[in-house]
Amino acid sequence: MKVEEDRAATSLGAGPQLTDERQLALAANRVRQNIVEMLCAAGSGHSGGPLGMADVFTTLYFGVLNIDPHDPARPDRDRVLLSNGHICPVWYAVLAERGYFPTSELNTLRQLGTRLQGHTHIGEPPGVENSSGPLGQGLSQGVGLALAARLDKERWRTHVMLSDGEHNEGQIWEAILFAGAHRLANLTAWIDRNYIQIDGDTEDVLPVGSLAEKYRAFNWHVLEIDGHNHRAIIDAAAHASAIGDRPTVVVCHTIPGKGVDFMERDYRWHGIPPNREQADEALKQLRRQQVALEEGR
Amino acid sequence: MSSGEMFLVGDITGDLEKKGCRAGFGDALLELAEDMPELVVLTGDLADSTRVAPFAAAHPSRFFDMGVAEQNMMGVAAGLAIGGKVPFLTSYATFSPGRNWDQFRVSVAYTEANVKVVGAHAGLSVGPDGATHEALEDIAIVRVLPGVTVVVPCDYEQARLATHALAHHRGPDYIRFGRENTPVFTTPRTPFELGRAQVYRDGSDVTIVGCGPLVHEALLAASQLAEEGISARVVNSHTVKPLDVETIVRCAEETGAIVSVEEHQVTGGLGGAIAEALARNRPTPMEFVGMPDSFGESGKAGELLEKWGLTAPSITRKVRAVLARKASVLTT
Repeated sequence: MKVEEDRAATSLGAGPQLTDERQLALAANRVRQNIVEMLCAAGSGHSGGPLGMADVFTTLYFGVLNIDPHDPARPDRDRVLLSNGHICPVWYAVLAERGYFPTSELNTLRQLGTRLQGHTHIGEPPGVENSSGPLGQGLSQGVGLALAARLDKERWRTHVMLSDGEHNEGQIWEAILFAGAHRLANLTAWIDRNYIQIDGDTEDVLPVGSLAEKYRAFNWHVLEIDGHNHRAIIDAAAHASAIGDRPTVVVCHTIPGKGVDFMERDYRWHGIPPNREQADEALKQLRRQQVALEEGR
Repeated sequence: MSSGEMFLVGDITGDLEKKGCRAGFGDALLELAEDMPELVVLTGDLADSTRVAPFAAAHPSRFFDMGVAEQNMMGVAAGLAIGGKVPFLTSYATFSPGRNWDQFRVSVAYTEANVKVVGAHAGLSVGPDGATHEALEDIAIVRVLPGVTVVVPCDYEQARLATHALAHHRGPDYIRFGRENTPVFTTPRTPFELGRAQVYRDGSDVTIVGCGPLVHEALLAASQLAEEGISARVVNSHTVKPLDVETIVRCAEETGAIVSVEEHQVTGGLGGAIAEALARNRPTPMEFVGMPDSFGESGKAGELLEKWGLTAPSITRKVRAVLARKASVLTT
C-alpha cells in the first residue's frame, strides 16, 4: 500500500503537456518501475517490449497527443491503437501515469475481474482504443479509423503502435499496401524495432530486413529515430503531422528490456515476467536511474 | 400461426420469378444510402458479383475496394465502425469469413464493432467453381462467435428486408447469400424480424425447419407429403443466431419430430443449433438435411443439390425417417 501511495503522489496525472526531456525521462522511469511491479505481481506477461517502448508511449501521451484523461472519449481526441497487444503493460502504465485511472489498479494486471486484460479489450480501462492480441490486426483497424476521420473531415490523427516481429504477418502488408495507395496522411505508425521476437532475434527467426526501404516502396513517408530519445520522438510526431500526402511510419530503434541490464537485448525476456528477486534487482537499477535524473546527472 | 399471415406468393408450387438474394442485398444498400450517411461499403475485389457495384457508382466516396485482401478488409471495417461508420463488407463466404475468421473474432466480435459481414456465393449451388469456392462451413464458424447475429435469408425479398434490419441493428452481424437466382416466394408484405422464426405452412406431424433458398424446397416437400397424408409444418429460421428457441421448442412439442434443412454441413449450422436447443429444452427425434460431412465438387447447381440430397425428394425421405423414429419413441 505504501508503494502505491508513493506512486500516486509522484504521478504527473492529467496536467498539461510536457516537453522537458528530463521530466519525460522521469515519467518514463516511473512507468518502467510500474511495469516491473505489475508484471511481477501478475506472474506472467511480457517484459522486453513494454520496457523498450516506455519512452515512446510516455512521450506520446505527455508531449504529443491531443487528449484529455478526464474526458477519454472526447470526439476530437487523437486515437492510439496497439497492434502488438502483448506489450499492453506499457500502455496501461502510461495511461495510469497520465491520469486515466489510478495507478493502484495496475497491480490487478491479468487477474480475474480486472480491466487490465492480458491482451487489451477496447475501452478497458478508459483510453484503450482497441482490442488487440493476435498479431497483425492493429494497423488495419487504424487504417479504418483514419478513413472514418477523413470521411468526416476530422482533424484528429490515428497512431498505431506496432512491433517488428509482427511484420511476419501477411495482414500487415495488406494494410501497408492499402494505406499507402490511399494516401492516408492522417495515420502514423510507430514500429518498435527491437530486433527480438519469442523464438529469437528477428533476423534469425524470419529476417524483416530494412523496414524503412519496404515502407518507402509502399508509398509511405519514413522516419527512423532512437526510440529512447524524447526530443526525437516529439520531432518525429510533428514531422509526420506535416506530411500531407501519405502516411508516416516512424521506425523506433529501441532496446528491449531498456533500463534493466539483465533484460536488455535478450530475446529470452520477450515473453516472461520477472520473479520477485529479479523484480527487486530491476527496481534497484531503475531507482538508481531515477535518482540520477532527479539530481540532473 | 397460419401461413396466411406470412403473405407468401399464392401458389408456392407454381412457376415463380427467380432472383438472387444478393440482388436484394444490393438493392437494399441503395435504398438505405440516402438516409444513412454513415453507411459505407467495402469489397474484396468482388464489387459486381456481390452486387455492390451500383452502390459504388452512386456513392463513390463511401465505397472502398480493398483488393484481394480479406484480412485487412475485416480490420479496416472494424476501424471504420469504431470511428462511427456502419460498414458492410462483401466477399465470397469462403474468403470472408473463411479467410479472415481471426480478424472477425478479435477486431470485430470481441470489439463489439458494428460491422456487417456479407458472405456471398455460399453453399453448394456455387456450382462449377468447385469445392474450394463452396462455403459449407461459414454458418458454423460464425455462429460460435459470441454476440454475432447470423442471418440466412430465403429469397430476394427477404434478403432486402434483412439488409435493412441489419443496417439498423447495432452489433456485429453475418449475412449469407448463394449465387443462384432462386424462387421469390415471399412478398414485400411478408414480415421480417431479426430472431423471429416464421411459420410458412402449418402442420401437425412433423416440422421442417430451414434457412436460405432451400426453404422453398421444404415447402415443395411439404406439398408432396400432404398428398401422402403427412402434415408437415414448415418454419423459416432465417436468423440462425440468436435462434428462436421458443418457436422451435413449441414446434417440437406440437409435432414431435424435426427435420433441419440448409445448404451447409450438417454439423455446426442451423441443424446443430436446433439440436443444441432441443437437447436442452425438449429432446425430440430429428433428422438433418445438409452436406453430409463432405466437400463439394464442380457441376451445375441443380445437379449438385440433387446429387448431395438437398432437394425436396431428399427432404421427404428424411421426413419419413424421422416419423418412423417418432413412432418408435411413442411405442416404447
